[in-house]
Amino acid sequence: MNVVDIQNLNVSYGDTKVIDDISFSVNQNDFLGIIGPNGAGKTTLFACMLGIIENYKGEIHFFGKNIRKSKKYLKDIGYVPQKPVFEKNFPITVREVVRMGMRNNDEKRIDKVLQQVWIHELDHRRIGELSVGQQQRVFIAKALIDNPKILILDEPVTGVDTQSTEIFYSILRELNEHQNITIIWSSHDLDAVNRLANKVACLNKTLFFHGISDDFFKNPELQKQYSESSMQEHMHHRIEK
Amino acid sequence: MTLEVLSFGFMQRAIISGIAIALLCSVVGLFLVLRRYSLFGDAIAHSSFGGIAAGLLVGVYPLWTAYIVSLASAVIITKIRQKFDISGEAAVAVLLSSGIAVGLILISISGGFTVDIFSFLFGSILLVSTENTILILSLTGSILIVILLLYRNLIYSTFNEEQAKVSGIPVEKINYLIVFLAGITVVTSIQLVGILLISALFVIPNVTAIMYRRGFKQTVLVSISFAVFSVITGIILSYVFDITPSGAIVLLLIAIFAATLGIKSTGLIAKLTA
Repeated sequence: MNVVDIQNLNVSYGDTKVIDDISFSVNQNDFLGIIGPNGAGKTTLFACMLGIIENYKGEIHFFGKNIRKSKKYLKDIGYVPQKPVFEKNFPITVREVVRMGMRNNDEKRIDKVLQQVWIHELDHRRIGELSVGQQQRVFIAKALIDNPKILILDEPVTGVDTQSTEIFYSILRELNEHQNITIIWSSHDLDAVNRLANKVACLNKTLFFHGISDDFFKNPELQKQYSESSMQEHMHHRIEK
Repeated sequence: MTLEVLSFGFMQRAIISGIAIALLCSVVGLFLVLRRYSLFGDAIAHSSFGGIAAGLLVGVYPLWTAYIVSLASAVIITKIRQKFDISGEAAVAVLLSSGIAVGLILISISGGFTVDIFSFLFGSILLVSTENTILILSLTGSILIVILLLYRNLIYSTFNEEQAKVSGIPVEKINYLIVFLAGITVVTSIQLVGILLISALFVIPNVTAIMYRRGFKQTVLVSISFAVFSVITGIILSYVFDITPSGAIVLLLIAIFAATLGIKSTGLIAKLTA
């Protein structure tokens, strides 16, 4: 069953095309890794899916409904941004951050989710005092607190150390395999996408490939073509700059 | 001596109104400080100076005209910031100087500075009437109820606008609500510390409380405690030593801020919260 369906999505900033006519769908319980170089349009794609950008062409459906018509689908989405921007001295504890994502206060549910992301012992600490890896786990907890059906993560381990990254990946695998949460995750870490995701989408303004991970990662010719196209685009981008 | 002071009606009204205003400024001020809008209160207060002058000129109770002008200014400054991508501090500077400029012109037309004008500039909490005390208490109660009802939306959109939007929170409406509440709070507080010192009540208790490295609710409580303590003590000291209440209140707030800086530099706060 499709939980997300994107048809002919186009996004431009002025004369610059950022996303060029992409279409794909995500099935329930998929673990979709979206890969692509910087400037490939990954964050823009997520911004469209989350209703932050609305001036796109094409159609985005969540759970069979066009997101232009209603924002109700957002209650079933958990979102973890690339690097959440907040004031370092913001007086808020880990528990309070997680509580923010909740519509009805249930302290036991907060305890459970904090344990799930291995951060329960830090619940009284201010979020600004934690490492980037720990902060990202707090944002996963916040995203999970209202039992989302889909988790969207935008390069969530940027700037996170290796050990914390592995913990983070274990949590994602657990959520997908044992709690049946559909995961849509953008990353530069091809090795991790190969290990974790059952589907992969290669984005570089256009959609180069979308399908079963093994079909991409076990096909050296396809990977070579993708690397070359990414490199060409990267060089073109630099020359334009 | 203290008990005798508290037996006077004007003193009771001053302390009750002062506590309400301290509470209000701490809570509303924390959202402004965390949004890097610290001088917004100052800008609204200065713009309300124009409203006060207009009220005095046309013979309308000056605080009513001040409410209208400050709310209009709050909305205009927010719209300008959003539409023209002007930085917050620049917009505040424009609003601040235009309010004073309009006020000065209106005052010169009406025949120069009077006692009334000075009481608005420097505060006159000891002169607050029973009607004004009731107005202050009603506004404080109403604003605090709104904040309690929208607590999650307010804190979430202050913490991270983008994530709040994704969670379905109407961030733009919340932004307008905050400046609207700040506008009402500023004019209500003018009677306590006056236009010139208003931002002290918004900013100092909150930046002091933030240094104690607590969570949001505890920071609000610490800030309220400092503000209420300074207001009560400042009003009593002003009567005992015959000095201006607004100056005494603000100096007490600064003393607590300085003491907190001292404690922080010893590393004690970090040890206690580790």
